Amino acid sequence: MLNPVFLAEGISNAYGIAALGAGVAALGAGVGIGQIGKGALESIARQPEAVNDIRASMILTAALVEGAAFFAMVVGLLVVFK
Amino acid sequence: MILHKFSLLKYTFSVAFFALAFSFNALAQHEETHATEATEHVAEGHDAGPEKFDAGKMIIEHISDAHDWHIMDVGGHPVSIPLPVILYSNKGLDLFMSSKFEHGHAVHNGFKLEKQNIVAVNEAGEVDAEATNSIIDLSITKNVATLMFSVACLLWIFLSIAGAYKKNPNKAPSGLQSFMEPLILFIRDEVAKPSIGPKYEKFVPYLLTVFFLILFNNLLGLVPIIPGGANLTGNIAFTMVLAVITFVITSINGTKHYWHHIFAMPGVPKAVLLILTPIEILGVFLRPFVLMIRLFANMTAGHIIALSFFALIFIFGQMSAGAGFGVSIVSVAFTVFMGCLELLVAFLQAYVFVLLSAMYFGSAVEEPHHEAHH
Repeated sequence: MLNPVFLAEGISNAYGIAALGAGVAALGAGVGIGQIGKGALESIARQPEAVNDIRASMILTAALVEGAAFFAMVVGLLVVFK
Repeated sequence: MILHKFSLLKYTFSVAFFALAFSFNALAQHEETHATEATEHVAEGHDAGPEKFDAGKMIIEHISDAHDWHIMDVGGHPVSIPLPVILYSNKGLDLFMSSKFEHGHAVHNGFKLEKQNIVAVNEAGEVDAEATNSIIDLSITKNVATLMFSVACLLWIFLSIAGAYKKNPNKAPSGLQSFMEPLILFIRDEVAKPSIGPKYEKFVPYLLTVFFLILFNNLLGLVPIIPGGANLTGNIAFTMVLAVITFVITSINGTKHYWHHIFAMPGVPKAVLLILTPIEILGVFLRPFVLMIRLFANMTAGHIIALSFFALIFIFGQMSAGAGFGVSIVSVAFTVFMGCLELLVAFLQAYVFVLLSAMYFGSAVEEPHHEAHH
């Protein structure tokens, strides 16, 4: 998303870098939530009767990981809006 | 699981489209600079023709608060419901409808609307910085109006349900009652009981209130026409108030055990405590902060995605009408898909907010049962 227009026009390199930062944050959250999904699937496969407890914990953990990613997103938005 | 991959997908999409929208925006600005000088005086007037479509501007207008409730544009003129403006400044109290501003074109009582912010102006029409700083804006804005509307709806729903339980205490629920009962029981039995423990009862009213307030406003935000469409749960002030209330309730109910674990974790060497205690204290404030950011960012991202898909239609429509129609098929299909996903997210975010609040309350009222483990 580093559009040459950003750089050529001299509008602000901050836009491009903000997009890049948000992308990196999405990468981290993606790995994290992927791991949570993997862990939950494996534990459900081992113990199908515990599916409700596992689901609740999974949603909670995913929300926590997502929260970290949202910090990066909000910082990115602030750069773009400012 | 699928849900979480999707919510990540949503999030990635939003950022990608945002960047895309802004790159188009930048492109448009680049083209416009050549033509601006000639048309500047025309654009200043009230009767400027249809402006060039600016995706970034449109998105920001839709996700931010406003002093009037915009419905649609007819021939370049905005049609909107005026909302009351309540200002307290060094000139005293001012109360008038936002239609007096004529969408930022007119000055009323020495006030002017500039990018949805009210500024004070002097006789010459210039912004008076000192007077502007003295303004305390207590207006009923779009978000406030939405909040009042949703409060009225929730009161109506829950008072009628409560009445039904009082009237027929031993009968099967009927009508609206049978729709809400599973949700109420879900919050009590799946969220409050397991997370808080035996003392869950006094927290249930708060948890239910917050859950239904967030859920109702999340769903209302998905409705594109009046009375929906306001981005209330994606407003950081709104989420901050909810997070602060959760923080206050947690702190007030904190037992000796809870504070002891924060300021001096038992069974930890003194040297480690030097590092651990500041982190624990920071954590006390960080938890409501993340609560605030999560809801805000999630709902704002949802709105941005929907708007970005629609913006694509107009961006391509400006290139040629055919491209606009072609893209609109894909755009609408994606918007419907994201809309379905947003329904899920609307519920999920309300659930997560309440679940995390309940866990914080749980940690605050927890009794030291397992002293042996420390």
